[in-house]
Amino acid sequence: MAVLTAARRRRRGATRVPPVVLAFVLVPLLAEAFWVFWPAVQGFYLSLTNWDGVSAPKFVGLGNYREMFGDSVFRTALLDTVLWLLLFGGLSALLGLGAALLLQQERRGVGFYRAALFLPVVFSLTATALVWQAMYQPDGLINNTLEFFGLGRLQHAWLADQDTALYAVIVPALWRQIGYVMVLYLAGLKGIDPVLYEAAKVDGATKWQQFRHITIPQLRSVNAVVLSVIVIDSLRSFDVVWALTRGGPYHSSELLSTYMYSTAFQSLRLGYGSALAVVIFVLAFGVIVSYLVRAFREAD
Amino acid sequence: MTAMNRQARRRAWATASFHAGAGALSLLWLVPIALVLVTSVRSFDDIAANGLGSLPHSFTLSGFRQAWVDGGQGRALLNSLLVSIPTVLLSLALASLAAFGLARYDLPFRRTLLLLMLGGNLLPPQILLIPVSKISEALGLYDSLYALIGVQVGFGVGFYVFVLHGFMRSIPPEIQQAAVIDGAGPWQIYRRIIMPLTTPALAALGALSFTWIFNDLLWAITVLRTDTKMPITASLIGLQGQFVSMWNVIAAGSVIAAAPTVVVFLRFQRHFVAGLNLGAVK
Repeated sequence: MAVLTAARRRRRGATRVPPVVLAFVLVPLLAEAFWVFWPAVQGFYLSLTNWDGVSAPKFVGLGNYREMFGDSVFRTALLDTVLWLLLFGGLSALLGLGAALLLQQERRGVGFYRAALFLPVVFSLTATALVWQAMYQPDGLINNTLEFFGLGRLQHAWLADQDTALYAVIVPALWRQIGYVMVLYLAGLKGIDPVLYEAAKVDGATKWQQFRHITIPQLRSVNAVVLSVIVIDSLRSFDVVWALTRGGPYHSSELLSTYMYSTAFQSLRLGYGSALAVVIFVLAFGVIVSYLVRAFREAD
Repeated sequence: MTAMNRQARRRAWATASFHAGAGALSLLWLVPIALVLVTSVRSFDDIAANGLGSLPHSFTLSGFRQAWVDGGQGRALLNSLLVSIPTVLLSLALASLAAFGLARYDLPFRRTLLLLMLGGNLLPPQILLIPVSKISEALGLYDSLYALIGVQVGFGVGFYVFVLHGFMRSIPPEIQQAAVIDGAGPWQIYRRIIMPLTTPALAALGALSFTWIFNDLLWAITVLRTDTKMPITASLIGLQGQFVSMWNVIAAGSVIAAAPTVVVFLRFQRHFVAGLNLGAVK
């Protein structure tokens, strides 16, 4: 290790970095600094102010955060966001893995099945939402199917009912996410050395034992990736809820991201909206850091 | 019954049950897409009379005409392309240059810079929305497609740099050293050697980022205000409000909004899937 660093240091001394290379790096960095880092700093500052967007922001310290404690909509949105993380995240990981295990075998026709599951990934969540809105209509396919199977009692105005709205919004999000997670797991499964399975078979391991003691441990790095993708995607989730319910009815499908957007851009409470955005950031922070730590180890 | 016969039979069973299971799953996945395609070519009267979930009794393209002309989806699709294509080209050009510098030269703090850029992309966009809308206002770019291009480039570039860096790092240094000895400068090395070798990663990222940018809603409704400037995603939401319960028009709008990314997907399927893995596993 010491030799390596010494060699690297020597090389750095030997090859001076041409100025044009500095420009190569600095121009994109400045673009990002201008549109991301600088706004992010402002965002944190604004969370400490009251601001209507017109007159000057008024500094209120932690006032916005204190207000959250008494804000029942905030509590609903936080709870729904956690529920979203668990349900949307958990199910897309489980079902994505299941689909990958089913479709990993190289058989005739498997390409078609993979493409079918994967196709929704390229749709916008907005289009996805509208497709499912049609499915959820009172005279739509879901209610008709229930009727057909004699389950007419279960018919529902899925999106208009406070008890079902959130779950009805999760389904389209899942429909789109599972194919994506499946692709990640398919690549992970492909990367497992077949020798491991052969050795296990020689030792007389059952299919389940092979899955439990080879597949699961070998997928560890993919699991970490899937987990980060899921947490970050969950906290960013906005389009599908906005297009389907806008967080309603009566905030029953409100996520922190939709609440933040409507607070900021519809109620024009930019300070409080910023504070809500900071909460989203804090929730994502652990994942961001662990992702960066992993990236740091792999960067060379 | 011989043992071989039994084994062959078991294998046939396994194949049949695999296709039954995977087929049913695929069918379940394709039903919503089929439903929307069918709905988009039904007439409004047919849907009103027979219900949304019934079998079609009509065929007409008037839903598409209404969405395209009256609903402004034609204009919106153009807006989306006017944003997506320059954004993809610009951010990949910038990112590949930065990745080249960071991967192939011993810049001070190169790892820190790399992670800083990636970290910016991992930030939840919500924290940026308000300041970005105010910055674009201050620059006089608010409600223009330039603001959308700017923020999409700035937000995306860090991730592309990270992916391309990993890719360029794996190119053997000898290839570059030969060029240095021949007197090639950084630009020539980038243009003649590194960039051509990075083409697969660029293609993968290009396909992937096109769908991301094309499908974005949040940035668009943050920096744009005027209806005629909105991209297709926002316009689709407008359609939903304008043509309430005219499901043939809304379905046609969804088909129009989904078509370009489906085309990209079908044309570049291999690159696209590679891109998802590049981004995640690397």
